[in-house]
Amino acid sequence: MAHSAFVRDGLIAPKPPPMTEVGAIGWMRANLFSGWLNSILTLASVAGTVFVFYELLPWMFQSSWTANSVAECRAAIAGAHGDGVNGACWAVIRERYLQLLYGFYPANMYWRPNLTFVLMLVALSPILFPNLPRKMLWFSAVYPFLGYFLLWGGTIWLPISILLGFVVGYFLIALNSARMGLLFGVISGAAGTVIYWIYIASWFAQVAHDLIPIGLTEVESARFGGFMLSTIIGVTGISCSLPIGIMLALGRKSDLLIVKSICVGFIEFIRGVPLITLLFVASTLLNIFLPPGTNFDLILRVVIMVTLFASAYLAEVVRGGLAALPTGQFEAADSLGLDYWKSMRLIVLPQALKISIPGIVSTFIGLYKDTTLVSIIGLLDPVGLTTSIRADSAWNGIVWELYAFVAAVFFVFCFSMSRYSMHLERRLQTDHN
Amino acid sequence: MTDRTLPQRSFSVGMLLYDTRYRAMTIQVVAIMCFMLLVAWLIGNTIQNLNALGKGVSFGFLNQPASYDINQRLIEYTSRSTHLRASVVGLLNTLLLAVMGCLLATVIGVFVGVLRLSHNWIVARLMTVYIEVFRNVPVLLWIVFAMAILIDTLPRPADFRGENATASMYFGDTVALTNRGLYIPEPLFMNSLGDLPVLGVFEISLDLLAFVLVLGAGLWATARIRRRADRIQEDTGIRPVTWHWRILLLAGPTAFLLYILGFTLGLPELKGFNFKGGIHMRNSLIALWLALSLYTAAFIAEAVRAGIMAVSKGQTEAAYSLGLRPGRTMSLVILPQALRVIIPPLISHYLNLTKNSSLAIAVGYMDVTGTLGGITLNQTGRELESILLLMACYLAISLSVSAVLNWYNDRVRLKER
Repeated sequence: MAHSAFVRDGLIAPKPPPMTEVGAIGWMRANLFSGWLNSILTLASVAGTVFVFYELLPWMFQSSWTANSVAECRAAIAGAHGDGVNGACWAVIRERYLQLLYGFYPANMYWRPNLTFVLMLVALSPILFPNLPRKMLWFSAVYPFLGYFLLWGGTIWLPISILLGFVVGYFLIALNSARMGLLFGVISGAAGTVIYWIYIASWFAQVAHDLIPIGLTEVESARFGGFMLSTIIGVTGISCSLPIGIMLALGRKSDLLIVKSICVGFIEFIRGVPLITLLFVASTLLNIFLPPGTNFDLILRVVIMVTLFASAYLAEVVRGGLAALPTGQFEAADSLGLDYWKSMRLIVLPQALKISIPGIVSTFIGLYKDTTLVSIIGLLDPVGLTTSIRADSAWNGIVWELYAFVAAVFFVFCFSMSRYSMHLERRLQTDHN
Repeated sequence: MTDRTLPQRSFSVGMLLYDTRYRAMTIQVVAIMCFMLLVAWLIGNTIQNLNALGKGVSFGFLNQPASYDINQRLIEYTSRSTHLRASVVGLLNTLLLAVMGCLLATVIGVFVGVLRLSHNWIVARLMTVYIEVFRNVPVLLWIVFAMAILIDTLPRPADFRGENATASMYFGDTVALTNRGLYIPEPLFMNSLGDLPVLGVFEISLDLLAFVLVLGAGLWATARIRRRADRIQEDTGIRPVTWHWRILLLAGPTAFLLYILGFTLGLPELKGFNFKGGIHMRNSLIALWLALSLYTAAFIAEAVRAGIMAVSKGQTEAAYSLGLRPGRTMSLVILPQALRVIIPPLISHYLNLTKNSSLAIAVGYMDVTGTLGGITLNQTGRELESILLLMACYLAISLSVSAVLNWYNDRVRLKER
């Protein structure tokens, strides 16, 4: 009997995969309609999105950019798109966007905040991008004084004179630590700087100004506002709080019981109360805590309280960075015979700070958003300005356009910063898992 | 044998600084002295300044009549009540807002966090958009925005009136959503048990107390039944059917109690210019509640996502290979493990929400910042005392919330040996 078994001697040519498994349809089946629940979710999401855009887009685009008041605006929209059309009145943004950006800063001096902002980016760049030349850090160190001078104006000698305090301190430390040891050097340097600031600085500024009067027109703090004010408070707060925060974090990790409890107490106190109570302190109480007769302007007081606030949060971020560092690093520094400050400065902090940069950026984002709270104590930040613009008789009745604009600007700033911090996190990842 | 002890040197002052045995002490003594000096300096300045202003530090103002009205109160309060009572009313409002906000934020946050990891492309994208939009815009802006939406887009009470009313109530004329707030039915008891005065300060409704007690007993009983079912399942492998018993134990006594107390719903009705009856949730409360919850939920969602991602993929695969469906895998395998990672950030988000509730002052909700730190402060001119008390209130809330949640965190934490 002959074997009639069939033996194939060649491969079948592969068939194309079914239509429903590849291409757009396959992707949709896998990602949008993989089950009845998913299908319902997909349809509901699409319906919701379409509904939102259907309601929002006509409002956004059937709008008026040119009117000079709400009534004119409504009339223009009704004329262009028919009666009963509810369109956005973007004209208010066109008319007031400079105010929302700069507050009541004199219009012919807008170059000053602009220049300050650009210089701020330059000053920040060596910190954010480590492959830039290290010499640029000198500019970053001088920048706060330059920024103050540009924004507030007045004589250039005041910031220079204050800056000189650091030079005095540096020379005292260099001189005395060679002769009497580092500790006495540091103490004498600090004392010298403080004495210089209290007794000599303003006198020196006065004399120098009389000799060589260089300066810009003074702009008083009451004219500061808008996003400029938010940025000033946020950036100053975060940069001043960084050294304090590092000190607090080191103090919290220290073995010295009293130092540790002071730091823990401060951090937990600040983190336990809302920022608004600290701002109340700035607006009503700070003058009571300081020597009689002290009176400085509200923005400075707010910056002080915001700095204290941010430093407590930064301390926790830095503490996280310190905790993430393997103990071996501390022990290696000790075994090299480095003293505490050297081991911190050369071994521990460079690594700990590198780990905590994303946390610092997100603290800054939080702080930047929180600067809107100063509107509650009467400063004219963007939120405070929306209230005052709405109180203007020409724009009475405007609601959404202003909020949308302010929210959009905040979103752009904060979102780009958070993306940057995520990018940084990836770049700083040196391990290989 | 050589003498291994160090040569005994006589003590000198320099050793305080250079000998590690004494240096720690020296630094601490110097630190505490500097700290005391700073505190003394601040207090000295304060006393001097207060003397110059002609006022001392005294908390006597708390017992004076407040003479202002608070539009939302959980306990008895009139304008003749004291400032202390006004502060307590404000504190209760803060707590109410915080509890409501934390609950809603948790629900939305977990939901969004889970959905963000969904395989459904469009749902995951939408949730990402939600999170980024809410996280990157200041919460104060959300609060005023929510308030503006409630005021400007909802119908006025007058719109509900007349033959051709432009607005109508929901759920069979029981819920009214107006630009003055939300009116919902309130529970009324025909045979009320009355109120129980607590320490002569405020009163608790005995009806509520009885209801909570019966419900609590029902919950305890159902938990017992469930545990018994668990035990039987572990012993025999067969789980007894208990759901009807559980429902009966939970619903039966409660329904009976409600029947005895003569439970009815007090419906809101349009009378004159406004709705009367029912529970009135002011739109400041609703705006704050929604804005704070949605804002915080975006952060919680990120924490939930991070927690779920921290559970290794092997756990999901193991659960699938056991034949668990995706929903049960999430609830029985992934979430319980993710909880350990989620809880610490969750604690700090709850605290942030509580602290952010102080922004109530921007929309006129009378929380403790609005009463004690707002009107009381302005009326009495006692800035120092008011702000200290205000900070103490928030500090107490923060510390007790974090203590409770840290205790819970310790309990669910993986016990490592």
